[in-house]
Amino acid sequence: MDTRDVVFIALFAAIVAALAVFPPITLPVVGVPVTAQSLGVMLAGGVLGAARGGLALVLFLALVALGLPLLAGGRGGFGVFLGPSGGFLVGWIVAAFAIGFLTELFWNRLNYVVALAICVAGGVVLLYAIGVPWIAAVAKIPVGTALTGSLPFIPGDIVKALVAAGVIVTVKRSYPIITPRSRTQKQT
Amino acid sequence: MIAFTDVSVEKNGVAILGGITVHLKERRVGIIGRNGSGKSTFARLFNGIEKPTSGRVALDAPHEREALRRHVGFVFQNPDNQIVYPIVSEDLAFGLKNLKLSARETQARIEAVLERFDLTHLRDRFTHQLSGGEKQMIALAGVLVMRPRMIVLDEPTTLLDLWNKRKFMTAIDALDEHVVLVSHDLDLLADFDRVLHIEDGTIVADGDPATVVAGYVASARC
Amino acid sequence: MLTDLYVFADSPVHRARPVVKIAALVVLCTSLFVFEGWIAVTVAGVLVFAGFALAGLGPRHAIVSLRPALWILAAIFAVQLYMTDVVFAGFIVARFVVLILAAALVTLTTRTSEFVDGILSALRFAPSWVPKAQIALAVSLFLRFVPLVRTALDDVREAQRARGLDRNLKAILVPLVVRILKTADEVSQAIYARSFD
Ligand SMILES: Nc1ncnc2c1ncn2[C@@H]1O[C@H](COP(=O)(O)OP(=O)(O)O)[C@@H](O)[C@H]1O
Ligand SMILES: [Mg+2]
Repeated sequence: MDTRDVVFIALFAAIVAALAVFPPITLPVVGVPVTAQSLGVMLAGGVLGAARGGLALVLFLALVALGLPLLAGGRGGFGVFLGPSGGFLVGWIVAAFAIGFLTELFWNRLNYVVALAICVAGGVVLLYAIGVPWIAAVAKIPVGTALTGSLPFIPGDIVKALVAAGVIVTVKRSYPIITPRSRTQKQT
Repeated sequence: MIAFTDVSVEKNGVAILGGITVHLKERRVGIIGRNGSGKSTFARLFNGIEKPTSGRVALDAPHEREALRRHVGFVFQNPDNQIVYPIVSEDLAFGLKNLKLSARETQARIEAVLERFDLTHLRDRFTHQLSGGEKQMIALAGVLVMRPRMIVLDEPTTLLDLWNKRKFMTAIDALDEHVVLVSHDLDLLADFDRVLHIEDGTIVADGDPATVVAGYVASARC
Repeated sequence: MLTDLYVFADSPVHRARPVVKIAALVVLCTSLFVFEGWIAVTVAGVLVFAGFALAGLGPRHAIVSLRPALWILAAIFAVQLYMTDVVFAGFIVARFVVLILAAALVTLTTRTSEFVDGILSALRFAPSWVPKAQIALAVSLFLRFVPLVRTALDDVREAQRARGLDRNLKAILVPLVVRILKTADEVSQAIYARSFD
């Protein structure tokens, strides 16, 4: 971790914060807000890689917890983590890390389809695998019910993965930051 | 003051600077040349932001073995990228932290540099709320507070309006430190001691401002 | 500007040290899950209510804090009502309400800068493997650059609006991200240029 990595982490955390300006899309069941910020989560991993992407979200969420209203709709403070959907926020860290890890792994073969698969795996499947059981546990409802309640948000998250994948592959061509993880692949 | 000995820089296999040898002793040195000629790369060699691929950059004796950064400050074109801290005084304190000065000495230096440029009223302001001209002055103050012997400025007036440009250059003119200025504003260099004209990564002209600038202007007429 | 959620006032709760408030919040939250039941929720609820009164916070602040979670709490109540009974459904929702309000009490009475200063000064005692200087730098850079990134985002949106692309997220995000990455590179050069290692 040198100074350059710290700067990337801070500036990407700032991007996630700035994305709060896009108004949250209101779907039938409000509570887990559908915002452009989770797009920032996918970008953090896909542009910065696992360690820096994950840490960017750690920094962002730490300052949210400490009372900066940086989540869409001006939300912040410890309360957002203690509410039923806190798991989705904590899941952002894991999702950014996982997306970054997979992007590093498939770096030399990264195209739109691969990036999309990575964003869906990390930013949708894994994120819900954390957020849904979390709701189920704290609200004492069956996981199946919690999942049903979360289903309406999935289309929005897929759309975000479609956008994020496009951004990730374009940025890779114009300003690559990630160093690939794979050892077996030949450098081209 | 500083000597370049057969310095070359390559990036991604592309030669950007080729075999520059020059010894600069003058108090005011200007650097001119068209976009992409290698001025910024050259300027960044002065304090080690850029490292030569081959050759050597060193200060004159007795500092020849010391880190360039200790003695050479650098001002970027865009102050937004140079100011690191949210509050003006915090930003000025940033470089000083590494010098391990006492809190009192740090404070005294900050006050002194703010007073020197008539910026005391900005001390507790948020850096992002400053005007472009104020930001560039704070960026300059943040470098001078470190007391460098030489200060390199890479197109520092490009983003400033006419008034702020004049104000900034007045501040530069008053400096005791050695100054190296990269600029497209040729009139700023009129009373400089020496001007280098860089083209395609080499020094193609070197001398007094009148001659070098005249040659540069002529070369642009095609 | 980065404003926090702090509500200005002078009260014992406002004056309490941030670390004390955090510790109290942690104890309270843990107890609510360890001693599960109406008794714990009632005791905690009374404490939080007392805290709100002491801090001079009113129902308005409570409502603002709870509003984002309102719908999901209603949904949870409905599911619990269907599966169990009204007493248990009420308990689950009441527990969330107390948790969220307890957290809000800490957030509304503590400046973010108090937390940040507290953390940074606590870092001095952290073991040597903790990258203290880098954490402090990351926090400062973040606070410094949120306004800059917001401006950059506005600029890019405006530029793309001129081209009729302002509803195209990719056309906004690619230039924004590339610009921020370039900025990051120059910022790290500037930090290098201004510091001696
Ligand atoms: N990382 C890089 N890889 C390849 N070429 C580069 C890189 N950075 C700069 N260059 C090239 O080096 C040349 C000199 O750049 P620079 O020193 O910024 O010029 P100037 O400041 O005179 O406009 C330019 O042609 C630029 O395209
Ligand atoms: Mg340049």
